Parts: sequence; C-alpha cells; structure tokens
Amino acid sequence: MGKISTFEQLYEECISKNKQIYEIAQANMAEEGEISIEEVRVFANKSLFAMKEAIQTGMASKELSMSEMCGQDCCRLQQRFKKQRAMFGSTFEKILEYALATSEENIRMGKIVACPTAGSCGILPAGLAAVSEDYNHSEREQINALITAGEIGRIISAKVSLAGAVAGCQAECGVASAMSAAAVCQLQGGNVSQVLNAAALALKNILGLTCDPVAGLVEVPCVKRNPFLAVHAITAVELALADIKSKIPFDEVVDAMEQTGALMSPTLKESSQAGLATTKTALEVQKRVFG
Amino acid sequence: MKKTTLFDIISPVMIGPSSSHTAGAVRLGLMARNIYKNTPKKVTFKLYNSYAHTGKGHGTEKGLLAGVLGLGVDDRRIKDIFESDLAKTVEYKFLYADNFKQHPNAVEITFEGDTKMFIAGESVGAGEIAIRKIDDFNVKLTGKYNTILIVYKDMPGMISQVSSILQYDNKNIASLSCDRNARGKEASMIISIDGTVGDNIIETIQEIPEVYFVSYIEKLEH
Repeated sequence: MGKISTFEQLYEECISKNKQIYEIAQANMAEEGEISIEEVRVFANKSLFAMKEAIQTGMASKELSMSEMCGQDCCRLQQRFKKQRAMFGSTFEKILEYALATSEENIRMGKIVACPTAGSCGILPAGLAAVSEDYNHSEREQINALITAGEIGRIISAKVSLAGAVAGCQAECGVASAMSAAAVCQLQGGNVSQVLNAAALALKNILGLTCDPVAGLVEVPCVKRNPFLAVHAITAVELALADIKSKIPFDEVVDAMEQTGALMSPTLKESSQAGLATTKTALEVQKRVFG
Repeated sequence: MKKTTLFDIISPVMIGPSSSHTAGAVRLGLMARNIYKNTPKKVTFKLYNSYAHTGKGHGTEKGLLAGVLGLGVDDRRIKDIFESDLAKTVEYKFLYADNFKQHPNAVEITFEGDTKMFIAGESVGAGEIAIRKIDDFNVKLTGKYNTILIVYKDMPGMISQVSSILQYDNKNIASLSCDRNARGKEASMIISIDGTVGDNIIETIQEIPEVYFVSYIEKLEH
C-alpha cells in the first residue's frame, strides 16, 4: 500500500480497491504506526468522546475567559432558542450551539480536542455531533466520519502547515470546515467523490481568510468564527450530495491555499499587527488585558 | 520534522486555549521534568517574546508549572494550578524578557534543589516543542524519542564505544548529535533511540571511565 499524499491518489486508491476513505486511512495509519486497525479506531473514539464531553461541559458553563471578552454567547444562544426556534430547525440550532460551546470551553481553559487546531476546535465536533444525534448515526459511523475528516486534514497538512502564523486562518478554521464537510458527508452516505468534493468546496470558498486575533488571544474573532464555519461546512455537504463538483480539483485548491497563505502579509498571520487586531477597540482591549 | 499523521490531526485532547501557548508550555515543562528527573525545590521560568507578552491570556505560566509538576496536556487541574496543593510543593517564579534572537515562544527553566540545572526550549507550533539547551550544551530534543544524554571527556572513540554498547543490545539509533561546551574539555552526546532502553545499558555507558554523566530522558506521550 503506497503512501498517499494527494487527494487524487486517495481517490484512485478508494476506487481501485472499492473502499471508503476511512478504510484506506485507518489501514495506512495502522501500518505506519505499527498498530492494529482496532487501535486506530480506539484512538479516534477517545477523541470523539472528548469532543462530546467538551460540548456538554461548554453548553452548561457561563464562565468568562481570562480577558473577559468571551464565554457567555453559547448561553445566550440556548436561551434564545428556548423562546424562539431557529429558522432552519433543530440540527442548525445544535450546530451553532455545539460549535460555540466547544470554542468557549477552549478559551476558558477547558478540555477540548485540537482538530486540527485549538482555535478551530468547535467546527468539526459541531457538525459531527449534531448530525449524528438528529439522524441517529451509530458510534461506528461517527468514528468512520472522524477518521475520514482526519485523512482530509492529514493530506492538506502534507502540503501546507496548519498554522495561522504560516498560512492564515484559512489553514485553521478553513481546514476544520473542510474536515467537517467530509465528516458530515460521510455520515449522510456520501460516496468517495461526494466526500472529497464537499471538503474541496468548503476549503475553496474560504480561501484568503486572515488570522488577526485581538490582543493575540484565541478569542476574537476565533470563538464566533467556529459556528460560522461549522455552518459553511454544511452548505458544502448539501451541494456535494447533489453531485455538484468543485471545478478546481481538491489538490489544486490546496495549492491555491498554500500560495494564498504565502502571499498573505505577515501582519495578517497571527501576529496581531493588522486587521481586526489593530482596530481602535482591539487596541483598547489589549491595553486593558495586558497593560 | 516528523510527518503529520492522521493521529496528529484528530488530537491532542488538551486544555485550551492554544496548542503552542498552552499545550506546548505544558510539554516544555514535562520535558524539563523528564530531563531533571525530579520535582525541584525551586524553579524559575524566564519567558521570552510572545510567551512573555501574551502568556497570561493563554495560561502559558500555568502550563509551564503544571508540566514541571508532572501534569499532562489534558489535565483539568492545569487551570487552577496556582491555587492547588501540588503547587505548594515547589517555590516558583516567572521572569519576562524580550530578545529578538530568541524564538517567539522561548522559555528558560532553571531548577534548583539537590542539583541545579538550566534548560532552554521553544514551543515550535501545534503543541510541538524543542529543548535547545541543557546547562552549557546545545541540544535538540523534541520529546518524540527516548533519548540518552551523555556528558564525557572530549576525546576520540567515544561515539564508537557507546554505539557498540547499543548495538550489542540490538538498539537502533534514530539520530545522534554531539557538542562541546564552552570550556572545550567536556562534550555531550544526544542519542535518540527507537523503542526503549533498559537500566543495564545506561549503567554500562556510565562505566566508561571518561563518562561524567549519563541520563535517560523518556519521550513525551503523544
């Protein structure tokens, strides 16, 4: 089994062996790590469990972050949905709540899963957990979906470092959204082509996203960006399940992301020297928090 | 740098908010503890650059101390470590500095107790770390391999003596690097090993007359 480093190779491998993405990914991880496929799935299940635990803990907390900028929006959202339902129904409500719950749990020093990064930790769990609950997907299917998402992230990271400082937020929340799209598409019965197109569409439509956090903290805009990009992933899934394809192949989308990241000014890559981070209000926050 | 695996993407389970400023800080503390081999009586952390400026908002200080006290990156006690009984077992202090020659996320850790030790390291992103200095010696330890650190009298033939001990025990060397300290009389050897190393090997290396000091530094959990 050759080492897979592009989405084209992954697709070919799946088609020629008549396997799904997670089957190829778990077999390769087992071989690489010199462990059994069962052990790979146990590892994934541990992450899945921690994701759900973060959602539950986050949903129940109102504790503010150290900067006091964030920590109570998930509570506000839940209260609103108790009075007035969301326009797009229960699954939509859950996706927003779960993404906020997880990212707020992160900034109050709670336990989360960096997937792929801590700042983007709410995006994948939101789609995965909300859709699994509302469509009764088994634990086995959820693990399949998480491994599928992990393989998407792994192949992207083989080309581009998943760090805001290197390629901007497109490489953190953007990649998380692509991973979430792949996971949810897998859950909803998407075929290999649909899963890859869902991820490609999600990534393609978030290219150029900068990383300009206020006061250098993983809070503004990061926390609220999680629910936005969790929903973005669902748009990609709905299109892909209709066999709508990314006209630009996934590997080329990743190349474009890499180039865009390299061309992006360093002032907009996690250095808090431009954008939202240098607005009047952001500078006031920075002064208040760090003196 | 090691290739990213599927596991790297869907982990770690960690205490937030930042893989570099929180989880990386815990791992630097843990690695320093593994090198020092003990809980110290006193520890001083000197934080540089981004670690110094935004550490407070990311729990960097909490992470460093928690690591030195042996807590893992997913331990919920990190958040309130300063108020914990565990923290009362050690005297700790934080210093802050700017130095553009240093990595943005650099820290220097000085242990005092039965022995004194200086360890410098960096959080290089995504929770990955590198220890760059132990006392006078330049090193590079990432915590990914079990490692043997040897300090010895600088002279020919030491590498072959040590590698033959490892070979005899059928141990595969993943990487090897040497350095001399400022005085030019002592040298250091850092050997990363696939798998684990037993006490017998460490003892055999210790028996080489020109060896001043040997330490077995365990890798960090994933």
